[in-house]
Amino acid sequence: MLEAFDLECIRGERRLFAGVDFRLEGGEMLFLQGKNGSGKTTLLRMICGLTPPAAGEIRWQGAAIGRLGEDYREVLCYLGHLNAIKEELTPLENLTASAKLAGETLTEDEALDALEAVGLLGREDLPCKYLSQGQKRRVALSRLVHEKRALWVLDEPFVALDVAAVAWLAGLIGAHLQRGGLAVLTTHQAVDIPAGAVKELKLS
Amino acid sequence: MIGSVGAVAARDLKLAMRRQADLVSVLFFFIIVASLFPLGVGPEPQLLKKLAPGVLWVGALLATMLSLPRLFADDYRDGTLEQLVLAPQPLGLTVIGKVVAHWLVSGLPLALLAPVLGLQFDLETDALLILTVSLLIGTPALSGIGAVGAALTLGLRGGGVLVSLLVLPLYIPVLIFGAGAVDATVTGMGAEAHLSILGALAIGGVFFAPWATAAALRISLE
Repeated sequence: MLEAFDLECIRGERRLFAGVDFRLEGGEMLFLQGKNGSGKTTLLRMICGLTPPAAGEIRWQGAAIGRLGEDYREVLCYLGHLNAIKEELTPLENLTASAKLAGETLTEDEALDALEAVGLLGREDLPCKYLSQGQKRRVALSRLVHEKRALWVLDEPFVALDVAAVAWLAGLIGAHLQRGGLAVLTTHQAVDIPAGAVKELKLS
Repeated sequence: MIGSVGAVAARDLKLAMRRQADLVSVLFFFIIVASLFPLGVGPEPQLLKKLAPGVLWVGALLATMLSLPRLFADDYRDGTLEQLVLAPQPLGLTVIGKVVAHWLVSGLPLALLAPVLGLQFDLETDALLILTVSLLIGTPALSGIGAVGAALTLGLRGGGVLVSLLVLPLYIPVLIFGAGAVDATVTGMGAEAHLSILGALAIGGVFFAPWATAAALRISLE
């Protein structure tokens, strides 16, 4: 269960948002909306604990996330608008390296399965700098396939993806919600998540 | 715990091997700086011998300096740093892994190259040996302390110059005892005391400075 109380964000001199509250149970998704510059990414970074809120608190299972520290980061999977992949490494190396850094064990077969799921089988040995924007995004998304984290925080996950990949990702998020997972995401595209309860939060 | 340090170090080493130009440019910088002095000062063996420890150590220091801005900048630019910060392990350990990898691709080659450059300064065998040993012990401190500066200037414009201004003053103790160790050998005193202090600085740089670096990284990412 993820809760936020009275969150406030100040960037420079400007107050981006204030008094943001939400409550998310297992199987629910929070869909953040708002125009460019309304603070969606900042709110996502607050949920991850990267940016401390100017006021208010975020709690996971009733405890403040700052206090939980590693216990919270263990359930969290964050996909920012940067792909967090290394151009010099191949998709396979990127995936295994990120799994190792996240403290997980990932066999080569599991990694190949994840890459097959994102449609990159056959490209697994090609350095990522030769991949297209959409393919790089798919490499980043392959983390979602194997990491069994409870809380997904996704910043514009559908950007650069083709129609088939958008539908696939929507299905993946739906399956995650059905397993009792939670998701917070922003997107400017209209996407149907096939399962789970969707809550909306509009920042203005 | 060791596993997470190793995982970060292994990834950084693999990346360094894929872009060897960075590694080679640091080494060439060291070679050129150390070679300019005999050319500029003139071929006087006594003078060169006197200059050698200081010149070689300053050269190693500046070469390390040169490689520092890249320590976190690439991870910062492509978003990997966020993932490292969000990994379920203490960020200090991650930084130790990065410092170890940085030393293996900059400090270690510099130390191994130094005796060859020392020949230009007419150093004796025992002085060359102590020079290598002092660099082997001292350069981990340079990597560890430098990481604090690299983290503090992350994402700033002109970060490269700022790193030098922040970090070079902190390198002074390492320079004094590193060059001092070689000097002591040349003048016939033992180098043990200098090397012990260098060892203490290295332990501080590798095991304690990373926690300050971790705090600086968190601030840079806010």
